[in-house]
Amino acid sequence: MTSVKMTVNGKSVSGEVEGRTLLVSFLREQAGLTGTHVGCDTSQCGACLVHVNGDAVKSCTMLALEAEGAEVATIEGQANADGSLNVIQQAFQDHHGLQCGFCTPGMVMSAAALLKENPKPSETEIREYLQGNICRCTGYHNIVKAVLAASGQDVGAIAAE
Amino acid sequence: MYNFEFEQPTTVADAVKALSEEDAQALGGGQTLLPTMKQRLAMPSKLVSLTAIDEIKGVKKDGDQLVIGGGTTHGTVAREAAASYPGLAGLASKIGDPAVRNRGTMGGSLANNDPSACYPAALLASGGTVVTDRREIAADDYFQGMFTTALEEGEIITAVKLPIPEKSNYQKFEQPASRFPLVGVFVAKYAGGVRVAVTGASNEGVFRWTEAEEALSGDFSASALEGLSASAEGMISDIHGSSEYRAHLIGVMTKRAVTAAA
Ligand SMILES: Cc1cc2nc3c(=O)[nH]c(=O)nc-3n(C[C@H](O)[C@H](O)[C@H](O)COP(=O)(O)OP(=O)(O)OC[C@H]3O[C@@H](n4cnc5c(N)ncnc54)[C@H](O)[C@@H]3O)c2cc1C
Ligand code: FES
Ligand code: FES
Repeated sequence: MTSVKMTVNGKSVSGEVEGRTLLVSFLREQAGLTGTHVGCDTSQCGACLVHVNGDAVKSCTMLALEAEGAEVATIEGQANADGSLNVIQQAFQDHHGLQCGFCTPGMVMSAAALLKENPKPSETEIREYLQGNICRCTGYHNIVKAVLAASGQDVGAIAAE
Repeated sequence: MYNFEFEQPTTVADAVKALSEEDAQALGGGQTLLPTMKQRLAMPSKLVSLTAIDEIKGVKKDGDQLVIGGGTTHGTVAREAAASYPGLAGLASKIGDPAVRNRGTMGGSLANNDPSACYPAALLASGGTVVTDRREIAADDYFQGMFTTALEEGEIITAVKLPIPEKSNYQKFEQPASRFPLVGVFVAKYAGGVRVAVTGASNEGVFRWTEAEEALSGDFSASALEGLSASAEGMISDIHGSSEYRAHLIGVMTKRAVTAAA
């Protein structure tokens, strides 16, 4: 076992891990942050998406030891300071961007990474950016609407067929 | 995944030393190796992460070449090569998805030489050079068939050198589930001639389509390719497409790449 230490949602977290311990396992099992989900464990679905030093990564395909000293952001750190939903989360609720909710933590983290890089993305840019996030429920339209709304854009024009 | 020891050196020299141990393996972005280890198709006793080695990261222009560190992520290439080598940046910007591009590296892609990987087509079409901790290998000698390269045990790709073409483009016919190319074609036009490299199609991995190169070197237009067709012999045939279908796509993607080349 090796010790590892990182900052998760602004708080210092440390633990003992094996070489093979995945970042997602560390977050869920040692940091107790179970909002980050494992959908596929094969880097396809994006349910495990978190930010490491500001970049979107699939935490099922990164080792905990590779995050030594890193700043990690997960869904648990996304709400506003008073506990209310942040703009992206609220837009998912307002536009029915979720049904079962399993993919949602990854979708919200992915959307947050997109909006940081591109504050007013087009519908096409949103769909392209979310290619690595799979949702089995919604059919994506309402997720795309939510991201458009979160970026302060009109959602009326979105292709809804 | 079986357990292993983990090391994260900060210099190439230390990484080479760590890799000289038996069953040690380099870890780039892990976007291929970690899934492979989960399936127990690889079981190294030690992983030597290259991600903390700054000297193998970055994109820089050196005369008429672009030099890209072996540890540079696809996302960085997509951003930093956009002005100098748009064909390459376009390729990098369509590998997998944003999270894969934030981790996956040039060196990892070229070392793995997946028969459907994108970068091998760029390296071969650019007539580039693979730089390792011990030597330089020309692209034409580097690829030696599916998942096989000229790299020795423990050899690290520290950089690639890519001559910048006058015009270039990469066209990828995406396999929608994996987002890897079913067929990808990279076309690069240089003062001395045109090079065309095809990935995803052949059982032997990436290859040059020399008939198309000759036709395009005389006349760089899609119409110069009329009547040319790639042979289906030796092409991959699987549930996603027959060898004939892949051979047909080579022609279509090459024409599209020539038309789009900038
Ligand atoms: C969902 C998904 C979609 C993808 N889509 C595409 C796609 O469309 N096109 C495409 O081309 N690829 C695609 N990939 C693969 C991706 O580009 C990988 O990042 C890449 O193939 C491997 O790079 P890596 O840095 O992650 O290497 P790793 O997985 O860390 O390593 C791969 C191999 O290379 C070796 N290695 C790593 N770095 C070096 C080095 N510097 N020198 C020597 N050996 C080294 C390792 O030992 C290992 O054998 C996809 C991957 C995923 C998960
Ligand atoms: S659980 Fe990581 S991508 Fe699906
Ligand atoms: S809401 Fe169920 S998977 Fe997306």
